[in-house]
Amino acid sequence: MAKGKTRPSTTINASSMADIAFLLLIFFLVATKIEVDKGISVTLPEWTEEKVEIDLPPHNVFLVLINSRDQLLVENELCPLEELRERTVKFIDNHGRDANLSDSPEKAVVSFKADRGTSYERYIQVYNELKGAYNDLRKGYAMRTYGKSNMELLDSIQRRDILDTYPWRLSEAEPTSFGGSN
Amino acid sequence: MAASFKSKRAKAKPAISTASLPDIIFILLFFFMVVTVIRELTPMVKNALPEATEVDPLGKKSTIIHIMIGAPEDPSLGTSDRIQIDDAFIEPEQVGIIVREKIVAMLPEEQPFAKVNIKEDIKSQVGILTDVKQELRKVNARRVVYATRPGRVE
Repeated sequence: MAKGKTRPSTTINASSMADIAFLLLIFFLVATKIEVDKGISVTLPEWTEEKVEIDLPPHNVFLVLINSRDQLLVENELCPLEELRERTVKFIDNHGRDANLSDSPEKAVVSFKADRGTSYERYIQVYNELKGAYNDLRKGYAMRTYGKSNMELLDSIQRRDILDTYPWRLSEAEPTSFGGSN
Repeated sequence: MAASFKSKRAKAKPAISTASLPDIIFILLFFFMVVTVIRELTPMVKNALPEATEVDPLGKKSTIIHIMIGAPEDPSLGTSDRIQIDDAFIEPEQVGIIVREKIVAMLPEEQPFAKVNIKEDIKSQVGILTDVKQELRKVNARRVVYATRPGRVE
């Protein structure tokens, strides 16, 4: 210590370094977002050995087909993906106005069928649009009736009402294998 | 006597500098930040998930069974789609039994809420997915989620 005069101190005060380290650590703790798994929920139909024959008037059924080359066929005509949601909404929410479309949302059935060779990407795109059509209708109804478009904010009776008004009626047929697949 | 003599001399020595301690902590912090990957299991199949907007959260972790579908990462195993559960390749016919076993292993009160999370690669085909879904229907594991990435906002 007595040497101070001849050898000046060379130490830098490093006590704040720990604070900086803490600050960075806390920043990363707060900023890090752990990916939460999300996905499209589906409830599969019950298993039956025998084939179930459904007899519905054709105007109440909305046919959506995808072939092994990922082409989309809606009501027997080619349709771009962007128009699918709008057409599905129109079909479900028809209330008997157009004789070619559904009588009511409760009677409307969306029949969805893919090929075994369809790519999964396309399958999810189409499924997403069909689900989106139902979600749009439900949100619109919730907004008109209860003044809130977010289903989470409604109580269980109101939610029940929305689900009863626009019931999820999507019938998924077992895929064909015309296109060939592995 | 000798000890006290020594300690007297040691007093003259400079203290060990602790200035580098934060650096060591930094290096450790960076090392773990870079190395950490939060993942439940190693995928053995290609696993690029499709994008979707109409998604629901998966819910409680303990009730979820993960199934991965895609072409094997290892090209020597061929290019046709395979199913991976835990750390093994599974044939489509075995899926039902394995999922049933996993449901039975859950807590009794959680069993009705069991969900199957299907993580399928965008490049794979619908055929194998159908086989898996039929097997799941047979064992009455009918709550299924198609895992997706958050998609474009419309």
